[in-house]
Amino acid sequence: MSQPLIDLVNISKSFDGTLVLDDLNLSVKENSFVTLLGPSGCGKTTTLRIIGGFEHADAGKVIFDGQDISDLPPNKRQLNTVFQKYALFTHMNIAENIAFGLKIKNKPKSYIQDKIKYALKLVNLDGYENRSVDSLSGGQQQRIAIARAIVNEPRVLLLDEPLGALDLKLRQDMQYELIRLKNELGITFIYVTHDQEEALTMSDTIVVMNQGYIQQMGTPEQIYNEPENAFVADFIGDSNIVPGLMIRDELVEIFGAKFTCVDKGFGNNRPVDVVIRPEDVELVSPEEGTLKGVCTHLIFKGVHYEMEVTTPDGFEWLVHSTQLCPVGKEVGIRVDPYNIQIMNKPASEDEEAVGVNE
Amino acid sequence: MSKKLLAGPYLIWMAGFTIIPLALIVFYGLTDGDGGFTLANILAIATPEHRKALFLALGLSLLSTVICLLLAYPLALILRRRNIGRGSFVVFIFILPMWMNFLLRTLAWQTLLERSGVINGILTALHLPNQSLINTPGAIILGMVYNFLPFMVLPIYNVLCKIDDNTINAAQDLGANFFQTLTRIWFPLSLPGVISGITMVFVPALTTFVISNLLGGSKILLIGNVIEQEFTRGSNWNLGSGLSLVLMFFILISMALIAKYDKNGEGTAF
Repeated sequence: MSQPLIDLVNISKSFDGTLVLDDLNLSVKENSFVTLLGPSGCGKTTTLRIIGGFEHADAGKVIFDGQDISDLPPNKRQLNTVFQKYALFTHMNIAENIAFGLKIKNKPKSYIQDKIKYALKLVNLDGYENRSVDSLSGGQQQRIAIARAIVNEPRVLLLDEPLGALDLKLRQDMQYELIRLKNELGITFIYVTHDQEEALTMSDTIVVMNQGYIQQMGTPEQIYNEPENAFVADFIGDSNIVPGLMIRDELVEIFGAKFTCVDKGFGNNRPVDVVIRPEDVELVSPEEGTLKGVCTHLIFKGVHYEMEVTTPDGFEWLVHSTQLCPVGKEVGIRVDPYNIQIMNKPASEDEEAVGVNE
Repeated sequence: MSKKLLAGPYLIWMAGFTIIPLALIVFYGLTDGDGGFTLANILAIATPEHRKALFLALGLSLLSTVICLLLAYPLALILRRRNIGRGSFVVFIFILPMWMNFLLRTLAWQTLLERSGVINGILTALHLPNQSLINTPGAIILGMVYNFLPFMVLPIYNVLCKIDDNTINAAQDLGANFFQTLTRIWFPLSLPGVISGITMVFVPALTTFVISNLLGGSKILLIGNVIEQEFTRGSNWNLGSGLSLVLMFFILISMALIAKYDKNGEGTAF
């Protein structure tokens, strides 16, 4: 098992009396792609800025490769940051931008020249050396910002919503670009985003944050398929979160109907939250369904139809299916046991505040 | 058509208050008392008396500009780095003197610096020897710096405020220490502000006659004083205009030099 490269130990930070990070602990392994994911104000950018050295934690330590770097200024840290709005130096051309860090370190001229060439090739912008910053598009500027950071051979690259200002198509292209870069460079990426799709596409590990707490940490599959609480389930993709009653192991009651599931160990007759992804809700004939309902809403989304099925208790089930069910038609709902995810109800009010109640 | 009409008042303003006066100055400068063409008014700058006044004015205003820059830049940088808002009290304090009458401010300094003035009064009370402060080049420079400092601070501060925090963070992130960030990022990016600051201090300092009148006495004549005297006491408008043209020529040259430096400054980081 490799030693963690970065360790955040009991980090707390507040701005003007508002607690942004509360006793946060996070380990990042060498050569991983870790994404901090959460809504705005969840503390993800602050976490990144503390690692980068632009903010100082009120309490706690930042350990880098076994050494405490909490009090080291940014220019003394072996990591580089790619900022949200690129933050290129507009008074320099592209080559000078990329060379900035190397010139500061007094690297020889020929080395710098080679590095500029190599970096521009890596981000697919060969021959852009003498262009001005203003003549580049947003996507190109972002690539230069990445090139400027990686020529310094950092052990960790911090990326603060680097694709946030790009349009959808470009953003998707850049996601693949970043995965390729990560694999070619073999360095650790810590990535901040509020876009769950971006996080699922690129990361080895996703850290879901809300209100200064880590809600869940795991692989994209774990985060998506086995959300630990209602907040994670709701934030990562669409989901139906319904109250349920765990009758016994592998049997849960939802709106009076009994569903077989695969979860155990919640005790008998315990109230729980049940997460069912919209694509996991199967629409069948009313007789075959575990629950009956009426289709009340229908939108064509391209890949699938998005429908809402209202059951007699008034709950609107979000359903994604390639099969169309016309509005007004009575329909049955069925869910495969392994597609039912059981979560504990929030135990305290404190935890409740963290979740999203819709 | 109607849009063109909107420009009318400004065209009249420009003609009436810029072009016509300028043409009159040129006309007076190039003619003698009888209206005949002559270069004598221009060439009069070569007389030792006028030459001395011109060089003294150039020297003192240049020195004042440098002092203003050295005082203003750190101040503007501190205000910017503390992220003190533009409407804040500290900024207000520095702008406040600009709201008071220029003459009044200079007269106040005269009172302070006089032989029997406030400063010498304090020195006497402390049993220290009196200093001759007034009517020295130093007093004029003090007056210039005091009066024109805000004009240097404000443009620099405004430009510094426009520099994104993350640009500075990026430089630090790439290994630059404070000094390197200052010379390679802050200063080059704030050059437009520095240049307008220099312009706004150097030009009025070069042409002033009020400050030198009040704080330099009659002993120290700057080119501004010479021109003023030709218009008022000497009543030789032709000579005054001729010398004005020479002064204007020097201002244009200095502006051109600054503009050229600015162009070279763009795109070069060090």
